[in-house]
Amino acid sequence: MILFLILAGLSIVFSLLVVFQRNVIYSAMALVATLFLIAVLFLTLEAAMVGILQILVYAGAIMVLFLFVIMLLNPGLLEGRSIAWWIFGSLAAVLLLFVLVPFLSDSGRLLPGQAPAGGSFGSPESLAQSLFTDFVLPFEIASVLLLVAIIGAVVLAKREV
Amino acid sequence: MVPLNYYLVLSAIIFAIGVTGVIIRRNIIVILMSIELMLNAVNLTFIAFSRSLGSMDGQVIVFFVMTVAAAEAVVGLAIIISVFRHRQTLDPREMQLLKW
Repeated sequence: MILFLILAGLSIVFSLLVVFQRNVIYSAMALVATLFLIAVLFLTLEAAMVGILQILVYAGAIMVLFLFVIMLLNPGLLEGRSIAWWIFGSLAAVLLLFVLVPFLSDSGRLLPGQAPAGGSFGSPESLAQSLFTDFVLPFEIASVLLLVAIIGAVVLAKREV
Repeated sequence: MVPLNYYLVLSAIIFAIGVTGVIIRRNIIVILMSIELMLNAVNLTFIAFSRSLGSMDGQVIVFFVMTVAAAEAVVGLAIIISVFRHRQTLDPREMQLLKW
C-alpha cells in the first residue's frame, strides 16, 4: 500500500512536469520517469512481462525516437504561455476528473477485489499462450500495421521526390 | 492489498493530465508526448482490471496498445519532421494550410 502511494504520487508529479515544463528536453525526461514508474506499477500488478516490455519499448525505443527528433529539430526558444488558455485547459481537465473519478470509484466496488493470482499469471508463457491462441489474428494485423508504419515513416521523412 | 479503485483513480488523474497537455501546449512534440501519457493511463487501467479479474486478456490488449503507440509515434514524428522542413516551426497554430 505504501509502495503504491509512493509510486502514484511520483508518477502524478512527473506527469505534471511533462505538461507544465517549458523546456521540451525536460518534458521528455519527465516522461521517461513517468513511464518507468508506470512500469513498476505494472510489476506490482503481477504483469511482469508487460512491465518489462513497457521499459524496453516505451522508455527505450519510443523515448529515444522522441529525443532524437527534438535534437534534430532543435526547437531553440521556449514557448510562450498564455495564462487564459492554461486556466481553460486545467479547468477542462478538472471537470474531466469530476466526471471520471466518481464513476471509476463506484465501478471498482462492483468487482470482487483482488483475485488470487496463479503462479504463472503475467509470465511470458501465459501471455504468449493467449497471444497465439485467442488473439492470433490481431497479432498478425499488428505486424502489418508495423510494416505500414515503417513504410510511412520512410516516405514522410524522405526529401522531396 | 491495494484496492482496484485506487489504480483506476490514478489512471484517471494521469489521463486528465495528458488531456491538459494536449489542450494547453503549443509545441507539437509535447502534444505527442501527452498522447503517450494518455495511452499509458489506459494501459494501467487494462492491467489493473486484468489483475482483478484474473484474466490475461487485458495484458494482451496492452501489448497491442503498445504496438499501436509505437506506430503512431513513428508516423507522427515523421510528419513533424516533414512539416518542420516546410514551415520551420513546431507551433500547431502555424499549421493551418487546410484550414478554411
